[in-house]
Amino acid sequence: MAEKEKTSSSQPRISGWLRSGLNTMLVPALAVLTAMIVGGIVIALAGGNPFAAYAGLIEGSFGSLNAISETTVWATPYIFAGLAVAFGFKGGLFNIGAEGQLAFGAVMAALVGYGLPLMGVDLPAVVFVPLTVVAGIIAGGIWAAIPGWLKAKFGGHEVINTIMMNYIALNITSYLLNGPMKDNNPLNVVARTPLIAESARISTVFPDYRFHWGFILALLVAVLIWFILWKTTLGFEIRTVGTNPDAARYAGVNVSNIIIITMVISGALAGMAGSIEVTALNYRHELGFAVGYGFDAIAIALLGKNHPAGVVLASLLFGAMRNGATRMQFNTQIPVDIISIIQALILLFVAADAIVRYIYHIRIQQDRLVLTRGWGG
Amino acid sequence: MYIKDAPVILSAEAITKQFPGVLANDKVNFDLRKGEVHTLLGENGAGKSTLMNVLYGLYKPDSGHIHIDGKPVTFTSPKDAIANGIGMVHQHFMLIPVFTVAENIMLGSETTRNGVLDIRAVSKQVRELSHTYGLDVDPDALVQDLPVGIQQRVEIVKALYRKANILILDEPTAVLTPQEADDLFQIIRRLTEQGVSIVFISHKLKEVLAISDRVTVMRTGKVVGTTTPQEVNEAKLAAMMVGREVILKVDKKPAKPGEPVLSVSDFSVMDSRGVEVVKKISFEVRSGEVLGIAGIQGNGQTELAEALTGLRKVHGGRVILNDKESTGRPPRQLIENGLGHVPEDRQRHGLVLPFAIADNMMLCTYYQEPFAQKGVLQNQAIDANSRKLIEQFDVRTPSPYVSAGKLSGGNQQKVIVARELSRPIRLLVANQPTRGLDVGSIEYIHHEIIDMRDKGIGVLLISAELDEIMALSDRIAVMFRGEIVATLPAAEANREQLGLLMAGATHK
Repeated sequence: MAEKEKTSSSQPRISGWLRSGLNTMLVPALAVLTAMIVGGIVIALAGGNPFAAYAGLIEGSFGSLNAISETTVWATPYIFAGLAVAFGFKGGLFNIGAEGQLAFGAVMAALVGYGLPLMGVDLPAVVFVPLTVVAGIIAGGIWAAIPGWLKAKFGGHEVINTIMMNYIALNITSYLLNGPMKDNNPLNVVARTPLIAESARISTVFPDYRFHWGFILALLVAVLIWFILWKTTLGFEIRTVGTNPDAARYAGVNVSNIIIITMVISGALAGMAGSIEVTALNYRHELGFAVGYGFDAIAIALLGKNHPAGVVLASLLFGAMRNGATRMQFNTQIPVDIISIIQALILLFVAADAIVRYIYHIRIQQDRLVLTRGWGG
Repeated sequence: MYIKDAPVILSAEAITKQFPGVLANDKVNFDLRKGEVHTLLGENGAGKSTLMNVLYGLYKPDSGHIHIDGKPVTFTSPKDAIANGIGMVHQHFMLIPVFTVAENIMLGSETTRNGVLDIRAVSKQVRELSHTYGLDVDPDALVQDLPVGIQQRVEIVKALYRKANILILDEPTAVLTPQEADDLFQIIRRLTEQGVSIVFISHKLKEVLAISDRVTVMRTGKVVGTTTPQEVNEAKLAAMMVGREVILKVDKKPAKPGEPVLSVSDFSVMDSRGVEVVKKISFEVRSGEVLGIAGIQGNGQTELAEALTGLRKVHGGRVILNDKESTGRPPRQLIENGLGHVPEDRQRHGLVLPFAIADNMMLCTYYQEPFAQKGVLQNQAIDANSRKLIEQFDVRTPSPYVSAGKLSGGNQQKVIVARELSRPIRLLVANQPTRGLDVGSIEYIHHEIIDMRDKGIGVLLISAELDEIMALSDRIAVMFRGEIVATLPAAEANREQLGLLMAGATHK
């Protein structure tokens, strides 16, 4: 009897997951398709051959082992930063500050990575690598905690405050990279830090490819974030506050604390994007190295429907487009900027999904919702 | 009666509407004669709204015909319905608060002169309509300044302005005070005298009997029958609606009050504008008794309940819950001290609508065993708990993983009641526990509350429905302007006396 009950209860849940997963992916996938079509028209209008352009794009992003490796390199910071923004959204917070948190994460990781050896601290890689990464995580978390605290205690809107924090972070970064933290190698003229110690670096997975362990780490962190959000009491609290703060208060959740915690975790993820770029790819921070990831992350979170798996897929897509663009330009002389247009179109179609639903005659979910109200199903 | 001879102006024949998994309307027949009030009665989910949405052009029926004045019509949108003289007043008003009455009324069919809005012509027309039907609506007032009852009249004028001679009123009294409801009935009579026909949707039996010429009862998508108030009484209508005998009167044994579980002294609370709305009140709730707080809405009951349950700041006084100092404590601590709370606004406080029923059923105890261990949610326990409660509290849902927002109001309330009563509580604060629910659900929830009382739980019942207060309470406290003006044993209370106290007459 108990056996029977169990199978009948778990069966519909699994097929339900699949169905709801596919349903959720439908609109974003169609948004991407539509954006590619419209982008193709733009290319054709500009006198290019859209098929050749897209062939170049695919060749450049997936056409060889090296191309695939580069796509993952591009996707890595997108995954971390996209998770950061998506995590905030789940808690009802719009963290536009990923850009600044990421910059601070990168600065802090670089500082620890080259600074400790200068101070005569000699650490083995097992300790040094995590320490460097964590330095960036902490920096991003602290930077996001400030607008989180302002929101929780005074109701200051996080959108305004995270934007302001971006300006502060970017200007401080600029100052540090041009001044106290500048690589004082006599040959250096750009605003960048010295290289971090060998023992602070995350290695590549295979020799001769830039594909690094940071990407694997990003996937693991995505799983961790999924686990936190859907499998822990903390995640339940965050989602409750994000969905209905009044009900959260009624249920005894400390809403102010949850707002701060959500912002800290969100900022920590953005900071991690910065520290992984430093430890696994560039081995230093340079002004302009990580510009725009924090803003692209908003598009990625929206395209990924704020789900970690969606964020990973969206990051791979964005990474592939950024990576394949060079090959596209080389093959067809179509400027890489077309990629920005396509990304903007994707965002447009995801945000205004009514357009996509209209074009493809997708029955509006909301309609069904109204119909079934009152029917207990 | 003249109504019987009046011509049929609207008829719907064999309307069938299928939604995924549900036959919402199954060959429904409905007709409306000129100048009559024809009530459509049924529980939530019986198919009333579906039928009305078909008549108003919002849904296209799968089969069936609609005739107006004997001519067949097909509606593809509300525009067609309006053009055919049908007007609808929704339960939730479609008004723009910062616009004036006249602006709201002309919205969508603006009158212009030389390309400029002609507000004055509209105002004049509104005044005339208002005068003809005794509606007493000022066209120049801002909608946000008007009480709910008057806003509803604006909706009626809006329909009349569009030349409606058939008015669909969707649960119009749900949002009204008893006085406002009486005024509405006057207006309905006035309208029908002038030849307007009214489809009245409701599940409040008393008012249905008072206002209708004919009553059509629906159940699970079908018409059960059409009758007149002369042929039936409340009990009979209720039985038609629910499909079985319904006990309208709550059967209860005498209370056996024990120790106080809640004592409140000199308790003061302010509203959001900083006005003191609960003024130094003191009372006690004992285990095994129901203390009913009667009063017209807006006399401090909402703030009292919120402050007692930790959702609002306490301004003064002292609260002892279950022998523990509880003044101004946060909700978590009160919950752990044995408080159960059925909140007034179930969608705002009581539920997270997009979440699954299973999650909503552990909303207050998600962090405790067996639902969580070391901070990790235990899906098996959550699943088992929800299945048990769904069964025990008769929540109508195909699965515990349907989101709470998709349930009917009655089932939503059952989810809340199930969650709160399944915890080990000592005091239950139930604020308007049956507002907007159908007869079957009300019966059920009343039964559960009395059951809890008999198990030795103290119940603080706050309700604007005097019938509910009288049916459930062992003692009744009347609140007026933030004070408790009288507390009397329920056995000694009668409607007239309570009504007077609620209106501010002093207790002798």
